[in-house]
Amino acid sequence: MSSMNEPLLEMKNISKDFFGNSVLSDINLTLREGEVIGLVGENGAGKSTLMRILFGSTMIHETGGYGGQVILNGKEVHFSSPFDAIAAGIGMVHQEFSLIPGFTTTENILLNREPVKKNLVSDIFGDRLNTLNRAEMDKRASEAIRLMGVDIDKKMVISNMPVGHKQFTEIARELSKEQLRLLILDEPTAVLTEREAEALLASIRGMAERGIAIIFITHRLQEILSVCNRVVVMRDGVVVKDTPADQTDVQQITKWMVGREVAGKAETSVRSHEGAKDILSIEKLWVDMPGETVRNVNLTVKEGEILGIGGLAGQGKLGIPNGIMGLYQAGGRVVFEGKEIPLNAPRKCLDASFAFVSEDRRGVGLLLDESLEWNIAFPAMQIQNKYLKKYLGGLVKWRDEKAIREVTEKYIGELAIRCTSSKQKARELSGGNQQKVCLAKAFALNPRLLFVSEPTRGIDVGAKALVLEALRRFNRESGVTIVMVSSELEELRQSCDRIAIVSGGRIAGILPANASVEDLGELMLSQVK
Amino acid sequence: MQKEKSWFGKLVENYGLPRMIITLFLLLLLVLCPFVGADLPTQISNIIARFSWNGILVLAMVPMVHSGCGLNFGLPLGIISGLLGATLSIEFGFTGPLSFLAAIAIATPFALIFGTGYGWLLNRIKGGEMMIATYVGFSSVSLMCMMWLILPYHSPNMVWGLSGKGLRTTITLEGYYNQVLANFLKIKIGNFVIPTGSLLFFALLALCIWAFLHTKTGTAMTAVGSNPVFARAAGINVDRIRLLSVIMSTWLAAIGILVYEQGFGFIQLYMAPFYMALPAVSAILIGGATVNKATILNVIIGTILFQGIVTMTPTVMNNIIHTDMSEVIRIIASNGMILYALTRKTEGSK
Amino acid sequence: MNNTSKNTKILSFLRSSSVPILFIIICAVCIPLSGLSANMLFNEITTRMGRNAFLILSLLIPIMAGMGLNFGMTLGAMAGEIALILVSDWQIVGIPGMVLAMILSVPFSILLGLFCGKILNMAKGREMITSYIISYFINGVYLLVVLYMMGSVIPIKHSTIKLPRGYGIRNTVSLLNMRQKLDNLIPLKLNIPGVGIVKIPVMTFIIIAILCLVIVWFRRTKLGQDMRAVGQDMEVARDAGINVERTRIISIVISTVLAGFGMIIYLQNMGNIATYSSHSQIGMFCIAALLVGGASVDKASIGNVFLGVILFHTMFIVAPKAGAAITGDSMIGEYFRVFVSYAVITIALVMYETQKRKAKSQEGAMLAAAQDEGEEEKDS
Repeated sequence: MSSMNEPLLEMKNISKDFFGNSVLSDINLTLREGEVIGLVGENGAGKSTLMRILFGSTMIHETGGYGGQVILNGKEVHFSSPFDAIAAGIGMVHQEFSLIPGFTTTENILLNREPVKKNLVSDIFGDRLNTLNRAEMDKRASEAIRLMGVDIDKKMVISNMPVGHKQFTEIARELSKEQLRLLILDEPTAVLTEREAEALLASIRGMAERGIAIIFITHRLQEILSVCNRVVVMRDGVVVKDTPADQTDVQQITKWMVGREVAGKAETSVRSHEGAKDILSIEKLWVDMPGETVRNVNLTVKEGEILGIGGLAGQGKLGIPNGIMGLYQAGGRVVFEGKEIPLNAPRKCLDASFAFVSEDRRGVGLLLDESLEWNIAFPAMQIQNKYLKKYLGGLVKWRDEKAIREVTEKYIGELAIRCTSSKQKARELSGGNQQKVCLAKAFALNPRLLFVSEPTRGIDVGAKALVLEALRRFNRESGVTIVMVSSELEELRQSCDRIAIVSGGRIAGILPANASVEDLGELMLSQVK
Repeated sequence: MQKEKSWFGKLVENYGLPRMIITLFLLLLLVLCPFVGADLPTQISNIIARFSWNGILVLAMVPMVHSGCGLNFGLPLGIISGLLGATLSIEFGFTGPLSFLAAIAIATPFALIFGTGYGWLLNRIKGGEMMIATYVGFSSVSLMCMMWLILPYHSPNMVWGLSGKGLRTTITLEGYYNQVLANFLKIKIGNFVIPTGSLLFFALLALCIWAFLHTKTGTAMTAVGSNPVFARAAGINVDRIRLLSVIMSTWLAAIGILVYEQGFGFIQLYMAPFYMALPAVSAILIGGATVNKATILNVIIGTILFQGIVTMTPTVMNNIIHTDMSEVIRIIASNGMILYALTRKTEGSK
Repeated sequence: MNNTSKNTKILSFLRSSSVPILFIIICAVCIPLSGLSANMLFNEITTRMGRNAFLILSLLIPIMAGMGLNFGMTLGAMAGEIALILVSDWQIVGIPGMVLAMILSVPFSILLGLFCGKILNMAKGREMITSYIISYFINGVYLLVVLYMMGSVIPIKHSTIKLPRGYGIRNTVSLLNMRQKLDNLIPLKLNIPGVGIVKIPVMTFIIIAILCLVIVWFRRTKLGQDMRAVGQDMEVARDAGINVERTRIISIVISTVLAGFGMIIYLQNMGNIATYSSHSQIGMFCIAALLVGGASVDKASIGNVFLGVILFHTMFIVAPKAGAAITGDSMIGEYFRVFVSYAVITIALVMYETQKRKAKSQEGAMLAAAQDEGEEEKDS
């Protein structure tokens, strides 16, 4: 449409840091009426943060605001909450559904914006006692569904709906807002079937024709090419490319997304374990971990190696260690050194000398309200009867506080954990030090096989290097096989020998860690669901 | 975020405002005691005596709090096991101190069975323990009301004189185990009496619990309460530990009621166990416990404060305003304390 | 395929209505044993319907707002009692007295409801145990007011309702000149063939019917819609701009006010106030009745209320007699009905909690099935 007019949205020099940790710098983005841009980038590239700034998320304010200007219709705006953004004509469809399960499509589309009729009681007691105008609600919902161009049952209750329809309900809700000028779609096709995704793309084109500008975030690059006017690629908090969609292709975009110029190449330490025996083999594994579903994974781990598992968020890489260790319901066959390990039984895995450092430090990894001593010694004490004094011929197993303190202080020294004493509560440590405590906990088990999930998530650069170094040393010196799951490809390439890429809940391929970033990136996007 | 606080502010924060108020109130009552003509040694003896009656019932909260099952509002279930032990011991003809041992011996299997069933149920409804515990307690008390009438008890000391069947609401323990613990090594100086035996018995059980919490299993129990997901990831069978804690709590409640009876001198049946959970719950909370953390020290402090208020208010208040408002004060203070604990955000992951 | 879905439908219906079915069986067994005449039974149930239905209806709105069974309805009952005590001291009798008591109870109820709602907002996720403790806590405050402040701080003129010591209210306050005034306002005695003459409290029924209509209407208002939204998912409702905390408080306030009215209707039928015990059991019996009617912690309808009143109170009337007939001891039946009330609540709570967990374990099975299907397709 009228692309030569003044832009609808301009974001100028946007920057954002979380407590000194810069996540966005110098972002510039313009968007015109009826224009569709595809926003792509790896997880952690800054897409979500940028969208949060645009949508006035309170989280942005609580962490100190942002730098730069957001200009809407030529005027600078400062949204203090999503409600301001909505009032200004911005709509957002989140990845997580924001729907009331027991309400119908219509009720959800018009949630808290229901047309009402005045009555006698409401005149006295206020507007909230107005009766809902069901006829008008139906009319508006139908209109929104018509605008969307995808037909969904407006009387169906959400909890009975297929996921795709839930997604369309969310989109229809945004469309029912009359002021809507700009719509942000955050991975809307992730939950859709192919046919539904097609319908959505058609609907996006339709909306654009009516003058609504759309920011479309997705990992399915083909969709971007088919529907967007422009592609904006983000990486490490900056826009690396902003180009018309018809002048590029999937290979090129992939390259932009993942292709960092890394100074020190990591492959120096890559070793081949071709001849080593298979220490662990996984067959037909499925794991029901919400948001990280694993489907039919087959994978073999060689003794002594560090195997990396990479992939985009939500593709199921986290489900693999969590499922094997029995934290989420799983099925399939896991064989360790020739013995089958039963699933859904954490104790059996630990007895088989596995150890696991969870990605959910605070939820799974730590006893936040207990001392470091407890945190580090607990699993080893329970699984291997370490740090216990036995009385009455082993009938009474008394906690050996001295041994516990000694092992804790040993690891405090080895991993340079910064704390006031071994009695300090885990809650009071910083993220990086908490992560080191989690590692110490696993090391104290002297495992044969160690699963590490997102070892550097949410910790600062210095701590990152220390943690990775500790893992590498543990592998080299104690001969422990390590399976390391991480969203950061670069980290995997630095530390691992082989990298398996998970996409759509399945293993998309396994490459040596010195494979090119482009090849790994391609695998990441290959089966995205 | 860190603001400078006065020493008083810090003290209040560490000690908790409601507990502070209750402590000051108790101190005030003690100070007022001589002025209103009440005999201080008698009063203090009373507090100690009541502490010795109730201590173990409050101690029965500890295992379940430790394993994250929350406050044991289902205390009546354990009490019923104790009552079965007490009545059966008398029915079987045990007398004197032996009847106390027999009561404990008979109560134990009941406590184990009831505790297992109760624990099994609580494992099925994680997150809703406290409400269901309350109603499990109520249901079992009202079920037993029928049972006391129906069960074929015959001992003339226990059944209704007229009909010759059905247990009485109160049964005297004279000739059985009345004061059996309290009289052991009893110290008496003027009006000041210490029921040494009862205190020693409490100390023994408290020591056992303390020791248990220092063993491997006890450590696992604390970890389960602190973060069940962590415990599961560390290979702990969370359900089994919780079950164990419920059985322990139930057994302690059974023993607790027997000790209570030996001090009080009577067995109270029918609706009496109904009202015994709330005082014990509020006592441990007054002692500084939270919904998922409790220590032996909390038990001791809490029981002293709670029983102190209960015994002192009637005497002192009666003398000052010639009205017995103690019941009202007790209701407001104890339930207020529970409300305070429930509304505080539980720290740690749930 | 069709057949299995039909079967599961029947199964799920049986499961969800297992409590009412159980009660129908209990009643069916106990009625003949009790030896009560049909006439007496019908009269009793009609009376109890008029007495209790309003109170039970007051529980519906918090359930709609996702706050579970409002054990704090006792607060409203206490407000109603205080209002009635004051009105009977002022010697305002009959219907005007009732109306005045209702008006008077409103500010008390609102205050208590606000308090309760505020506290419950601080204890999200454990509303029920908290509201239950609140009822005990406020009972203490009620004792303070009625036992110590009435007659000393709050003027009470008539010594007939005061304790002999000069302040505090007697254990029983007679409402003789208000007794069943509402029930008998429009006298109607139906002669049902085979049953005999049944007295119908017409005006009470009309008021209950009006309340039902109000509740139906309320569900269609914006506020009702907001409450349903808040009840189902607080976070989503908050994201949509609904003031969640306020909505929850309003639902508790409405419930408390209605419970206050309900208590006044209840007591006018009884004809006296048992000052220190009338309210203490009322919450438990109302909740048990509602659950017997097939309601659950998160779902309750007006139908559940009426079915519950009929079944629960039939059990209540016949149990002592039936118990006496079987065991020769009337106390058994008394205890039996108390036991049943508690057991019903326990079962309902357990079912609610287990169902919350059951939904989760199904997803894994679906995933495994999907994988197997996928393989079969590949194989074939």
